[in-house]
Amino acid sequence: MAEGPALEELIRLLARLPGLGPRSARRAVLQLMKRRDHLLEPLIARLREVADTVKSCATCGNFDTADPCAVCADPRRDPGLVCVVEDVADLWAMERAQVFRGRYHVLGGALSALDGIGPDDLAIPGLVARIASGGVAEVILATNATVDGQTTAHYISERLRPYRVAVTRLARGVPVGGELDYMDDGTIATALRARKPVEA
Amino acid sequence: MDWSDEGIVLGLRRHGEDAAVLSLLTRDHGRHRGLVRGAFGRRGRGLYQPGNEVLAAWRARLADHLGSFACELKRDRAEALLDDAAKLEGLAAACAVVDSVLPDREPHPEIHAATLALLDAVAALDDWPLAYVHWELMLLEALGFALDLERCALSGAGDGLAFVSPRSGRAVTLAAAGQWRERLLPLPGFLVPGRGQPAVAEDLAAGLALTGHFLERQIWHPQDKPMPAARTRLVERYARATTTSGV
Repeated sequence: MAEGPALEELIRLLARLPGLGPRSARRAVLQLMKRRDHLLEPLIARLREVADTVKSCATCGNFDTADPCAVCADPRRDPGLVCVVEDVADLWAMERAQVFRGRYHVLGGALSALDGIGPDDLAIPGLVARIASGGVAEVILATNATVDGQTTAHYISERLRPYRVAVTRLARGVPVGGELDYMDDGTIATALRARKPVEA
Repeated sequence: MDWSDEGIVLGLRRHGEDAAVLSLLTRDHGRHRGLVRGAFGRRGRGLYQPGNEVLAAWRARLADHLGSFACELKRDRAEALLDDAAKLEGLAAACAVVDSVLPDREPHPEIHAATLALLDAVAALDDWPLAYVHWELMLLEALGFALDLERCALSGAGDGLAFVSPRSGRAVTLAAAGQWRERLLPLPGFLVPGRGQPAVAEDLAAGLALTGHFLERQIWHPQDKPMPAARTRLVERYARATTTSGV
């Protein structure tokens, strides 16, 4: 190999990241080598810092340098409102929308028959314990609108039934900017069932 | 090598970043797997949900290769059940059971047809769990492990059937069971031919226990496979219902 074993190994590791294949990983490594001072050294320092300081929040499962994380520790957020998401990426997506002012609970996936993922493989016991400890008025189930995601949502709502907490889920239907002609049958059917009166 | 067929999506296992290995129950090619590129893209996400009917085109260089699927939605069945916990569990259990019991690429058009009928029943009927138990019985029969629920294995009588032998899968009457009744599996009334008894939660739990026992004994245990988690959850639902009298 013209790259040598050290660079080859780096390319191999980078190619395992989402969005990068072997060719793009090779280009990224080449760029890092060409811009050693401006890119490679700061990247190494930042990766080291992240590896040393970022951890999973024991309360919600978000990634942060502090535990509890910034979201859980924010006194302006409503502790009585908990949004349950499958993944940290979903939490970040919700935060990008800047409309939710409650707290989160990251499950770490969804129940999956094919992959053999059961309730104990997810952070469901932690969620139940969190609700059982009190102070939560509403749990919003923001799992994906898939068979696995909704099976998980139903399972959670059944587990939370003994507690005095309202369980809601996100609406499904036509997305903002969506055109009916390009929409799949299922989305149109869901949107039609969830129609609302138009206020004059 | 290529063919086109109708299929029911059984499941999708992620393969790399955006591709997946799709498992389909096809009409003429049995349970068949193939790679799907862009399975988690905007179009694929809704399409490859368990239970959905698709028109599939499979292509590979050689017949024994994994090959790849290109699918078009024929009927979206999953979406209508997303809000119903019990029906969603029924759908997930049916797909997971088919995926775990059928051998690869062995045509079973009767199982394909029966599974479509079951999915229709799950979507339309309140007593779909009865159809589910009958469907698992049909599955056992199609795979060569039929239960004999017509006559008593000991006395030959057709009346008073109340149990099933856990070894032979043959029915036994209450009178003939005698001292062995504790070792036999209860036979719910709705499974006795001609009796047509309405089922309560206990009967459904007994029906699922009966078919589950033989699926475990004849298929999952010899292949060292666990019972699919989706079916376990369905069984638990009816086990809970027997104690709370509500499903």
